[in-house]
Amino acid sequence: MVLNNKTKLTFMKKMAFQSIAVIFSTLMMFAGCKPKNSADAVSGDAAAKAYVAPGKYDEFYNFVSGGFSGQMSVYGLPSGRLLKVIPVFSVDPEKGWGYSEETKPMLNTSHGFIPWDDLHHTELSQTNGEINGKWIFANANNTPRLARIDLKTFRTAEILELPNSGGNHSSPFGTENSEYIVAGTRFSVPPDDVSGDVPISSYKQNFKGHISFVSVDQTSGEMKIAFQLKTPGVNFDLARCGRAKSHGWFFFSCYNTEQANTMLEVNASQKDKDFIMAVNWKKAEEYIKAGKGKKQPVKYAHNVYSDVTHTATSTMMNEVTVLDVAELKDICYFIPCPKSPHGCDVDPTGEYIVGSGKLAALIPVFSFDKLQQAITAKSYDGEFGGIPVVKYEAALYGEVQKPGLGPLHTEFDGKGNAYTSFFVSSEVVKWNIKDLKVVDRVPTYYSVGHLCIPGGNTRKPSPKYLIAYNKITKDRYLPTGPELAQSAQLYDISGDKMQMILDFPTIGEPHYAQAAPADLIRNNGQLKIFKIADNKHPYAAKGENETKVVREGNKVHVYMTSIRSHFSPDNIEGIKMGDEVYFHVTNLEQDWDVPHGFGIKGAANAELLIMPGETTTLKWIPDRVGIFPMYCTDFCSALHQEMQGYVRVSPAGSNVPLTFSLGKVVPETK
Amino acid sequence: MKRMYFLILTCMISVLIFSCGNQNGNTANSTEKPKSMVPDAENYDPKRGEGKFSADNVKIDPKLDAALAATGEKIVNTKCASCHKLTGEKLVGPGWAGVTTRRKPEWIMNFITNPDPMINKDPEAKAMLELCLVRMPNQSLTDEDARSILEFMRKNDGIK
Repeated sequence: MVLNNKTKLTFMKKMAFQSIAVIFSTLMMFAGCKPKNSADAVSGDAAAKAYVAPGKYDEFYNFVSGGFSGQMSVYGLPSGRLLKVIPVFSVDPEKGWGYSEETKPMLNTSHGFIPWDDLHHTELSQTNGEINGKWIFANANNTPRLARIDLKTFRTAEILELPNSGGNHSSPFGTENSEYIVAGTRFSVPPDDVSGDVPISSYKQNFKGHISFVSVDQTSGEMKIAFQLKTPGVNFDLARCGRAKSHGWFFFSCYNTEQANTMLEVNASQKDKDFIMAVNWKKAEEYIKAGKGKKQPVKYAHNVYSDVTHTATSTMMNEVTVLDVAELKDICYFIPCPKSPHGCDVDPTGEYIVGSGKLAALIPVFSFDKLQQAITAKSYDGEFGGIPVVKYEAALYGEVQKPGLGPLHTEFDGKGNAYTSFFVSSEVVKWNIKDLKVVDRVPTYYSVGHLCIPGGNTRKPSPKYLIAYNKITKDRYLPTGPELAQSAQLYDISGDKMQMILDFPTIGEPHYAQAAPADLIRNNGQLKIFKIADNKHPYAAKGENETKVVREGNKVHVYMTSIRSHFSPDNIEGIKMGDEVYFHVTNLEQDWDVPHGFGIKGAANAELLIMPGETTTLKWIPDRVGIFPMYCTDFCSALHQEMQGYVRVSPAGSNVPLTFSLGKVVPETK
Repeated sequence: MKRMYFLILTCMISVLIFSCGNQNGNTANSTEKPKSMVPDAENYDPKRGEGKFSADNVKIDPKLDAALAATGEKIVNTKCASCHKLTGEKLVGPGWAGVTTRRKPEWIMNFITNPDPMINKDPEAKAMLELCLVRMPNQSLTDEDARSILEFMRKNDGIK
């Protein structure tokens, strides 16, 4: 970071003559020299606007995708303080996710255990088009899956794999009562029930797109693939549901209508227009009811975590119902959309559908009413893959001319304005939906991607802040080697003009994020402890009088408890080489904020972190004879450092009896 | 000149800090209790302790309620026995023998349902913390749980 002399001079002058507010802004300028215009955009009261005093709570929860980390992070707004990283699609040593025996099944797939995936988008559950604070959904992009996170526990409660898919990118967008969460495949691939051993160049004949409509049980939250739509081979990118008047419809952006299978950078950018696919999912439901769906044999994992047994189960499913949209003509319609559309966003009224062509110099806005008229009047421009293509002008409301370069994503404020991110020209542009005129524009750091306004995809946004998430890291912060911090940038949008007030670093590449008013989440019946009386874990020890060590062949089960500050038992002998030892640790605490940890030397499978009232299991295979210390890894009391014990491992065939104890002082023996 | 700017800066920052305080009702203090449960230290009654229970609402029969004591024993095994012996011997916390003769029933029930404020205020609880060095955890006992545990303590102290 280099300060030029001019900046220094300006600084001196301001220091001498102007208010303290200017000092703040100038300090902010120092913090981000590049891009210069972005730092210039910070004005005097920014610090006060983003400041949340120690001990005070933020106004909003911000649920941010952790990108290639596979996790989801939770921030407070406007402070940008990181509150939690929720493990979803990747193992997490901090929380034992994917390491404890109970959580391993959550990462199971038809390909086996997958320790690391790529999480792109987040979607809060809704009722009547408004956030209801129950769940948040996320997509695994690499090995296609959907996750549901329970916002009472901030834990991943369910993961569902998606068959017939490759690259679950167009996901996990939901309908306005969360009737369905959708999952559209980015890569078209041969369906799972036919041999995929075909030439790659046979894309046009053999490769198909599939879009899953996953139903959500409104009480339990349980997800189920209700049906899939089989489409011609293209790349599905992003999606939004219709809302209010357009409830019952879903809109998906797609690119590579050239159906290229190599060098897509060039070959999938040939046509002037690709498509937004409008899906009449109510019609699809009718066809399913009428038995038009084809049962297809497939294989996919459905993983559910229980807060009662504290254990996940993974079930392999083997069938899915598919509707062929080329045969059933009135489910899907293509709307031409300029140049490889990425974002496909629907405004709070449900009337306007905004397509963002990555390579376009304008933003087309489509009208739901006009689309309906065009379909009734059959104003088509032929078909693509058996699906009618609606005439561009017939569905078009209008175009925003010269808004910027490289439009990607649009959010809404519910006051008639749209906010679009521009990747190439690095800015956020606010425009009026009705008259399609640009109202305001602010620079952002290079290469902005997703935007988020709390409730910005609902009928009722809370338009106080807008957050812009980076696509490419730039040196917004102190350098940290070749890899730079990923970043988000916060704008106050409560006034006519957008005002940048804060930068904050994020985990992994922050793709999409959503935000909700803090009270909506924290008053949703948040769980503070797991009631020990409700613990139905088969190996729970609900009290020290239930602790024991049981041998079953070469498997040894330790029913162990932890409380401030000791384990029971804390001395175990009679373990032999060749044994598999399962430490089932029950945390007997019943107060908020008192987890215990468990670690034992040489554990190839990490450690445990056990919440109050919970039982969690560590599998341990001793690799040598000797004495192995174990201890609590999470500071729990003044005597935490005393919370420890020993396990004695003897050679195979040894006659040392299996014993366990706590607080028993025995005479010294050999 | 420089000093003056520093003064102004300090003033501005102070104003900023104070104006941000108490803007909303949020507090990060997880042990916050309704006001009625937190009387001033001067009003603290060391015989009764602090909490829901008083001589008026805790009914004690001279005879033991054996069924209630048995319910209490089950809860004790899960939530208390890790740290308390039934003899007078201290484990993590003090042994229970004689506790019902040393303390009033309402004190015991208040302490086991509302430990944190009492450990901060009660002279006996404070003295015990100095010996044990581990704050007694709040084990999320219901009123009924607390009453049954008290009955089990009475049984342990020889009430028939």
